[in-house]
Amino acid sequence: MSETPVDAAEVKHVAELARVDLDSEEADAFAAQFAEILEYFDALDEVPEVDTHEDLVNVMRADDIEESLDQTAALQNADETEDGFFKGPRVS
Amino acid sequence: MTAKALSEGELVSVIGLEVHVQLETDTKIFCGCSTEPADGEAPNTRTCPTCLGLPGALPVVNEGAVEAAVKVGKALDADIAEQTRFHRKNYYYPDLPKNFQITQYDAPICADGSLEVSVAGRRREIGIQRAHLEEDPGSLQHQGGSIDTADYTLVDYNRAGTPLMEIVTDPDFRTPTETRAFLAKLEEVLEYLGVFDAARDGSLRIDANISLIPEADVGEGGSIDTDALASANRTEVKNISSHKGAEQALAYEVTRQKNAVQRGRAVEQETRHWDESRGITVSMRSKEAEKDYRYFREADLPPLSVRGWRERIDIPELPDARRERFREAYGLDEESAAKLTSTKAVADFYEDVAGRFDPDLAATWVADNLLGELNYRDMSITDVDHRLEEFARLVELVDAGEITTKNAEEVVLRTMLDEGDDPDAVIDAEGLGTAPDEEVAVAVGEAIEENSDAVADYHAGEGGAINFLVGQVMGKTGGSADPGDVNELLRERLEE
Repeated sequence: MSETPVDAAEVKHVAELARVDLDSEEADAFAAQFAEILEYFDALDEVPEVDTHEDLVNVMRADDIEESLDQTAALQNADETEDGFFKGPRVS
Repeated sequence: MTAKALSEGELVSVIGLEVHVQLETDTKIFCGCSTEPADGEAPNTRTCPTCLGLPGALPVVNEGAVEAAVKVGKALDADIAEQTRFHRKNYYYPDLPKNFQITQYDAPICADGSLEVSVAGRRREIGIQRAHLEEDPGSLQHQGGSIDTADYTLVDYNRAGTPLMEIVTDPDFRTPTETRAFLAKLEEVLEYLGVFDAARDGSLRIDANISLIPEADVGEGGSIDTDALASANRTEVKNISSHKGAEQALAYEVTRQKNAVQRGRAVEQETRHWDESRGITVSMRSKEAEKDYRYFREADLPPLSVRGWRERIDIPELPDARRERFREAYGLDEESAAKLTSTKAVADFYEDVAGRFDPDLAATWVADNLLGELNYRDMSITDVDHRLEEFARLVELVDAGEITTKNAEEVVLRTMLDEGDDPDAVIDAEGLGTAPDEEVAVAVGEAIEENSDAVADYHAGEGGAINFLVGQVMGKTGGSADPGDVNELLRERLEE
């Protein structure tokens, strides 16, 4: 399915975009794992054609206001908060 | 292209804009949270699992946002795509909690439009490459320093998910001034459509692309050689939030790039940040290239097929057409017609008043008096839109001669705006109703009797004497007499 296997350099690049710090050993390890994962996708090529549902189109909702979460509920999964804000590291 | 080649001839700037406008819907683009900030609202009080990007939450497109987009497309004379779909633009930044923005990529809802602007009396048609729907990110506060030096970041997702339309122009601008004129025109059109509120904070955000190319590469009629444009290094200026800001940022860039070329340096292809307070652009480290966004289909949103809506959805008469009609129907000059169509609210009010009273009088009252006094108070017609009937009543009183123009302008209108009173109340309180003829006649008689010196001067042919006597009568009537009538009456009595 995947024409170009994921190599260590690509893993590093995507990790940087995602602000994840990987050393080269980790990058190699993930590259190998990606290769395995992508092999599983090849199995999809063997799935026979089946009838599909008709494609959906124009699924929309009316412009009507629904109740939002209150602030406490909105923040309840956050590790850190301050004055009602989500709090995170510097993001330059 | 080398710096040397560039420096050999005159340079021309080639500018294109990406304009992000917030669409005025009641709810966010993919969930039912309100888009209307409450006064002094607390952070993270208009969110739900969808706009917080919680696992399992599903976006559903807001029909109102799609309608607004179709209206924009229609007003920009653009094609509405037979099928339009959404993509995920992947980037890791906490202003969007999902780590991607839902936007449109290869099948935008609108494409191939144009907007005509007038710059210094010259008509220019600006091509609209595309216009697409996307979600607004949330807002960040960098605490304890600037973006680079902050200790930490605070995030508020109230704005996240507000519907945005990104309107991308062709590189059709040649001067920063043209971009300013275009933005003003675009805002005017969007406002007429009722899909945009310029007064809302952050409702307009602009990125501008600018390159300099040799004048020799500009063809007849202003067409640009595409190879020349492709080979010129382009700067993208971000963080512009006003018409004036666009003009200033681009003027700065033109000068900066010309200076670089003159010093024999190449212009870097880069992204720059407009620092409005310092009036300069600064280089921005850009981590992502186009391919790094790894756009892919948003599988949670089925495609839209809304080309037919173009016929179904009506849009109001647009500013240019309305201006022309005002000139013809009401005999207005160009300046008055422009003022009276500057916003839809003003134009609607003018038509209402002009239909009921004398159109000329209505034009003076709406274009000059009302807008002038509002402007003086840093207000606009939307600040008084619930009181328009009171202003119409004032025009009615002037039209019927029940109050003098001078008093209506200088006392009643100003008191109405400053104190919030209705015109009849102001007139009663200030005793400004036009003085009955008998009262004026009595005052004229008194003035003649009490000022024999002035009367003698009048008979001796001194021109100033009559003005003095008019002033006396005006004083006695509390300014409620018509000075022209008083003048006439005095002359009649003095010649008896």
